[in-house]
Amino acid sequence: MDFATLLQVLDSTVRLATPLLLACLAGLFSERSGVIDIGLEGKMLIAAFFSAAIAALTGSVWLGLLSGIVSAMLLSGLHGLASITFRGNQLISGVALNFLAAGLTVLIAQDWFSQGGRTPSLLEGGRWAALTLPLAETLRPVPILGPIYYELISGHSILVYVAFLCVPATWWILFRTRFGLRLRAVGEAPEAVDTAGVSVVALRYAAIAICGLLCGLAGSYLATGLQAGFVKDMTAGRGYIALAALIFAKWRPWYALWACLLFGLLQAVALRYQNIDLGGFTIPVQFMDALPYILTVVILAGFVGRAIPPRAGGQPYVKER
Amino acid sequence: MTLMKSFLGSAAALALSAGAALADPALIYDLGGKFDKSFNEAAFNGAERWAEETGGSYRDIELQSEAQREQALRRFAENGFNPIITTGFSMSTPISNVAGDYPDTKFVTIDGFVDPEEFPNVKSILFAEHQGSYLVGMMAAMASETGTVSFVGGMDIPLIRTFACGYAQGAKAVNSDIEVIANMTGTTPAAWNDPVKGSELTQAQISQGSDVVFAAAGGTGIGVLQTAADEGILSIGVDSNQNYLHPGQVLTSMLKRVDVAVYDAMTAGEDLETGVSTLTLEDNGVGYALDENNEELVSEEMKTAVDQAREEIIAGNTEVHDYREDDSCPVLDF
Repeated sequence: MDFATLLQVLDSTVRLATPLLLACLAGLFSERSGVIDIGLEGKMLIAAFFSAAIAALTGSVWLGLLSGIVSAMLLSGLHGLASITFRGNQLISGVALNFLAAGLTVLIAQDWFSQGGRTPSLLEGGRWAALTLPLAETLRPVPILGPIYYELISGHSILVYVAFLCVPATWWILFRTRFGLRLRAVGEAPEAVDTAGVSVVALRYAAIAICGLLCGLAGSYLATGLQAGFVKDMTAGRGYIALAALIFAKWRPWYALWACLLFGLLQAVALRYQNIDLGGFTIPVQFMDALPYILTVVILAGFVGRAIPPRAGGQPYVKER
Repeated sequence: MTLMKSFLGSAAALALSAGAALADPALIYDLGGKFDKSFNEAAFNGAERWAEETGGSYRDIELQSEAQREQALRRFAENGFNPIITTGFSMSTPISNVAGDYPDTKFVTIDGFVDPEEFPNVKSILFAEHQGSYLVGMMAAMASETGTVSFVGGMDIPLIRTFACGYAQGAKAVNSDIEVIANMTGTTPAAWNDPVKGSELTQAQISQGSDVVFAAAGGTGIGVLQTAADEGILSIGVDSNQNYLHPGQVLTSMLKRVDVAVYDAMTAGEDLETGVSTLTLEDNGVGYALDENNEELVSEEMKTAVDQAREEIIAGNTEVHDYREDDSCPVLDF
């Protein structure tokens, strides 16, 4: 593999990892607060649809992003209503949201655009343009570092940079602020938080609101950054891979970054090389596609360190009377 | 409540008897969905054309999951629809399970294959995709300046490999040194609807030098065509005419006249002749699309060469290998 190919694979990794990373951080906020969220897929899907649809109608990608975020937050709110306020089963609520999003997007798309559950192809203003970072052209001739800066770091849409900045931001919020401490506490021992006079319900709603926001960004990136429009079921299981990445990362922001980059790299390599030939022994592409899940199972089984989820995850909080 | 019930009951009975009396045809779309801009949409267009010309009506359903296949077949058969037309190779097994129970109903499978000896009431319609792909492969090789062309398939099944193999053969017929890159999106039905992966595959192929890409991938193809247009290379659509998706940037579309197959089956109605039929270049069952969106891309020389190849194939002078015959392709490794 030469240097140019390596850069292309890494460039592809960044593009593929970005939606995973945003969804993974979304899940991190939610699960750290004790609300298991299997509905990441549905939230991304509905955000992808609304960002593409509104961008197609108004011609503005920013308005698209806004409506994508709002729709994902509404779905989050529904999840909260079912699982926090009414103390329903969080898994079932999440699965229901995935179905709801899959059906709703196609239905509305058909009603608005009559193109069979798709949005029209977006034109220039409706899509995220690639940003060329300052000095990218000037530095390009510099050996090694020039191409890395030009190909790999520069030339992505703004949401990619936002996603990567979300990692330190998430770390800072969770581990350096009072809100973050309480958020983590509410996922481990909600009764303690309650005793301290802090509202468990409000904290959990705040966490899932952030979760909706991040899923909105992920969906908008899929439909208006990577693609030029919405196609039914276009998330294609990325929400579940993000969940796998979350477990793989043991619910920590920096680990989440590496897990998502690793999963993105696996996908990029699988797409680039299909069947990998290792001197007579061929690794089929199917194995590469399955690797994220295999790795997650290995981690869950406790072979490589243990993944311990937040202790109060999945349990609705009932105030003692 | 009882009143409501009896109302509903009589309405349902009316609908049932109406269906039975007229014996309307029914159409079942595969998982890609009715409006996939490609294979299933072609079936829909054929049915619409029939309805418009004859004033007849038909019923259709979009499958949402594997489990619905047999259920949908039985529902339509119970309600007296005839013939029942299905699209997609996955319908072969469900039809084999159902056809014996409804000997008076005719079933049509487009792309699937059901043994006519065992089930005399089933018609299997197959297409010579390798022949059509051969023609667009020739056009790709003639349009390519880099000497590398590529292919993006949807789900990795023999049918899609047939497309790839025909395409590679056509490209090599024009330029024996040409490099053909063939990639599949995945191995599950999700591969028909993953435009993001289609885009990434296309970008990987472009970075390997490809400047014409042929997408036989359902909804995934939308992403392939989009990326090709964004990156300024040519693309080739599939099944339906997709030239209009990016005018001036789609070289051509490999047509598979599913619409004609559906139209003919509906026109024949209950008198449909069963058995196995393969629609080839000769029957205009496959071909390439030429319209105002791509006329500037297709040179006179290209058109002459392709039309000549078409004649040669029909006359039997040029043999295009069908991947499905022996599960191998002479010019391409998978």
